[in-house]
Amino acid sequence: MSAVTDVAPVPATRTREGAPRRHRRQRGGVVLGLVAWLIGLLFVVPVVWMLLTSFHSEPDAASNPPKVFAPLTLQGYREFFGAGGGASPWPSLLNSLTAAVLSTVVVLLLAIPAAYALSIRPVRKWTDVMFFFLSTKMLPVVAGLLPIYLFAQYSGLLDNIWFLALLYTSMNLPIAVWMMRSFLAEVPVEILEAASVDGAGLVRTLRQVVAPVILPGIAATSLICFIFSWNELLFARVLTGTRAETAPVYLTGFVTSQGLFLAQVCAASLVVSLPVLIAGFAAQDKLVQGLSLGAVK
Amino acid sequence: MSVTLERPGAERGAPPARPRPGLRRSADWARRAPLLPALVFMIVVTQLPFVATLVISFMNWNAYYPHARGFAGLDNYARVLTDVNTRNAIVVTIELTVVVVLVSLVLGMAIALLLDRKFLGRGAVRTMMIAPFLVVPVAAALVWKHAIFNPEYGLINGVLKWIWSLFGSSSPPQPDWISAFPLGAIEMTLIWQWTPFMMLILLAGLQSRPLDVIEAARIDGAGSWQIFRYMTFPHLRQYLELGGLLGAIYIVQTFDPVFVITSGGLGTANLPYIIYQTFYLAHDYGRASAAGVITLIGTILIATLALRTVSTLFRQEAGR
Repeated sequence: MSAVTDVAPVPATRTREGAPRRHRRQRGGVVLGLVAWLIGLLFVVPVVWMLLTSFHSEPDAASNPPKVFAPLTLQGYREFFGAGGGASPWPSLLNSLTAAVLSTVVVLLLAIPAAYALSIRPVRKWTDVMFFFLSTKMLPVVAGLLPIYLFAQYSGLLDNIWFLALLYTSMNLPIAVWMMRSFLAEVPVEILEAASVDGAGLVRTLRQVVAPVILPGIAATSLICFIFSWNELLFARVLTGTRAETAPVYLTGFVTSQGLFLAQVCAASLVVSLPVLIAGFAAQDKLVQGLSLGAVK
Repeated sequence: MSVTLERPGAERGAPPARPRPGLRRSADWARRAPLLPALVFMIVVTQLPFVATLVISFMNWNAYYPHARGFAGLDNYARVLTDVNTRNAIVVTIELTVVVVLVSLVLGMAIALLLDRKFLGRGAVRTMMIAPFLVVPVAAALVWKHAIFNPEYGLINGVLKWIWSLFGSSSPPQPDWISAFPLGAIEMTLIWQWTPFMMLILLAGLQSRPLDVIEAARIDGAGSWQIFRYMTFPHLRQYLELGGLLGAIYIVQTFDPVFVITSGGLGTANLPYIIYQTFYLAHDYGRASAAGVITLIGTILIATLALRTVSTLFRQEAGR
């Protein structure tokens, strides 16, 4: 970039000392590779520890110093799924799935046409519209939470998973519009025009010209919307009760039991995180696109 | 670079011929139609609540005293701003956001620079680094609280005991981490989750560097530090800003770890938690709304900065 010109020309004396320097650089590379491995391991330790503890018996999980090689058991998972007599987590997992999938579908239905009107056939002042969408994402949800709660209470929508899905839709729509626009902006307009000159209908143009370009974008957008909806706690905590409780709310509620529960907590945390872990690992590159609102591809 | 490209919008935006104003107007509406559902939806669901919050913030409204409802003027603001808890919450929110964003940016950049080099198992390390970001925040907070920080059977004290026992000592330090460093424990959990976010954005930035120019600089004899200082860093700056501002926007609103790890106790209640508490537990709607408006103003200050950065990035690309 422009800063390149700042580099002062350095006399080219490197030919004489080139060989030893490369050698040194290689050894430095090995050390830096080891440092990277060390940091990576440090960051993954809590996840591995959670995984390991979830397969230990409660007394082994609560031992100090930790018993890394204790025998493995499914007891924690059995307890979590209701063998211990507590409430089953299945309704809350299903609620989370409903809210996440439903809101993601509605987000896409609203965002794709909007993104079309912001890129391929842009409305006037389309950049202002883009920044309106982005600005809604920057306002703290907590500041709007009370009126939403009062409205839900007044209209009997408290503890209703559909209402929660609607809120998740508003939470994710700006991100989706930004992402989808960045993908639609790559659709070759010349081809679109050629298609319309050749007499191809709108549906056919969309299917054969637009779809191949934006399907990866739809995948990236869905991934991000799904993750954010699945993770959400504050709205769900305030607006749901026994019927529409989501998995994160269930997680915060079940650690009130007495006695040893560490393996169970780890098993529960892992089960609830599993969909996100699978989706995120499967689509690592899409994750970056989504997090940067489609700015980085 | 691989940031969104925009073709010259002027020609594209203009229809080929504009015969009559009436036709033009209907063509304009045809353009707007696909946009309207999303736009109207967003205005209704996100803007109306803020207006309502603003109105309620000037009202005397506590659900426990339904008959005392009425206009309160600036009372709620006076009460919020003179309240020790709220002032403490403002400080906590700022500290939490600044510490978490700065530390995870610096760590994220260091790790991104390490991962930008070729070494054995680079893909595996990248995958390991992403894992923390993919743990559901509530679950992450639970695991850190119970499996790592717990004074009796947490991993940290467990490892301390193990290390001390290697040297034959039977009295290792076993501090109660959350009581000793309540805010630090929350920050630690957040940094663990947000460093991968920063790392991913910065790594994408690093990999979009013009490699041929850097190679040319290297051939001209520029050292690694010079290349970093004068080429990599200026290029990364906009990605640092993007990561920092997006991170700040999310972390200002942090609720989950405060709720799970300390339940707002031990001086860790931030603004979102205080608002939640004031309206959900104390049912003081007027005061919760005033606190909400104050949070809103603070966020708008950050958001204006963020919007300016994103818009520079955006228009720069649009102008190409």
